Amino acid sequence: MTFNLTVSPDFAPDHISGWYFFNTWLQRQLETGIHLELYDSFDAQRTDIRAEKFDLIYANPYDASMLVRELGFQAVARPASKSDETVIAVNVESDYQSVEDLKAGARIATTDDPDVHTMGMIMLESADLDKTNTEIKEQSSYIVVAKNLLNGGADAGFFLKEAYDEMSDLIRSKMRVLVSSQISVVHHSLLVGPRMAEYIPAIQQALLTMQDNDKGKSVLESMDVSNWEPMDSEQTEFMIDLIDTLID
Amino acid sequence: MSDQDTSETRSVEIAYFDGTVRTATIVNREVPYPDGKLIVSRTDPKGIITHANQAFIDMSGYSEDELIGVNHYILRHPDMPAVAFKGLWDTIGEGTKWHGYVKNLRKDGAYYWVKATVIPNIRNGELMGYTSVRRKPSRSKIEESEALYKTLLAEE
Ligand SMILES: Cc1cc2nc3c(=O)[nH]c(=O)nc-3n(C[C@H](O)[C@H](O)[C@H](O)COP(=O)(O)O)c2cc1C
Repeated sequence: MTFNLTVSPDFAPDHISGWYFFNTWLQRQLETGIHLELYDSFDAQRTDIRAEKFDLIYANPYDASMLVRELGFQAVARPASKSDETVIAVNVESDYQSVEDLKAGARIATTDDPDVHTMGMIMLESADLDKTNTEIKEQSSYIVVAKNLLNGGADAGFFLKEAYDEMSDLIRSKMRVLVSSQISVVHHSLLVGPRMAEYIPAIQQALLTMQDNDKGKSVLESMDVSNWEPMDSEQTEFMIDLIDTLID
Repeated sequence: MSDQDTSETRSVEIAYFDGTVRTATIVNREVPYPDGKLIVSRTDPKGIITHANQAFIDMSGYSEDELIGVNHYILRHPDMPAVAFKGLWDTIGEGTKWHGYVKNLRKDGAYYWVKATVIPNIRNGELMGYTSVRRKPSRSKIEESEALYKTLLAEE
């Protein structure tokens, strides 16, 4: 039987090959076929997830709720010391010094990443801003969000902090961070679906010892993950509860 | 912060629903909500704190040891009307999510405003407790809530 693996579309493009190496590595460890399918849109991926196409998902925390509570997935591991944080940035030359300086009618550049967008909107609440009194401009990538700030097409932009930090020094020097979230308990995780449940102990064992050998270590490096940490069901449920408090 | 901030202290006796009474020192000084953070706590089904994150500990002014195992009412500010918390318990008792603006009392007597959400933690169909997540409220919402709570408190 061949299983299907997919990865949340918000990983940095530099690490695409890393996920292919990971897939090859995992097939060897488990001695079973796994097909990797990547998406560049959250919506398209979610449609296929709902159609129960996947058995193994490196998921965005926002999708974890649907996967665990509706589709019976189980989280097995998370990348160590990597949490999902959101940055709101502006053009370095703008007058905005704090979120509260943004006013109704503000043009906000964002992406379809549901976590980053949700956190960004929450951080705008302190300025009495929401979707009814802002102009939301959904862009295809964080680079396009940055371009919007540089060319004056938007007043503020939402970024995954990791993506913001990985942008070139030149681009970053033209932007200024108004606020950066510090939540720490919201993060991606690797989830296993019902059809693959019998492999859970083997997957966890393989992941948790991955950094102990040269082959595993180099795969981790190519994915920009230092090592995996175990995740149990209560940790997963807690994260889902927390995210639930953030969405209406 | 409002212009009536005086930093004057007063002693207030607070009586909780369970019969506990304590005398708290209240200072009219607001501590601003930290940007970008979420204040998180969890309780058992009765409201006894079982988990507090670092932002919670920092803002409340208590140590983790002082918080775990005590009722969440340790943060109850005397300016908060009882009816607000009745609304909270009624809502979560029905198994649904509650949102509201809360003025919380710190250990040092100062206060901080939050926009709070409380949700029931259901595991295998059973209520295990509640999670509360707070975020930064806007100035206008704080002012609205201040006025509303004053009216409600006067009616109690
Ligand atoms: C998860 C959870 C979080 C709560 N957070 C607060 C809080 O931050 N501040 C507060 O005054 N009461 C909070 N409460 C409500 C208290 O348990 C209590 O009902 C309230 O302080 C009123 O106290 P009293 O019922 O003794 O008058 C919370 C309750 C729950 C279940």
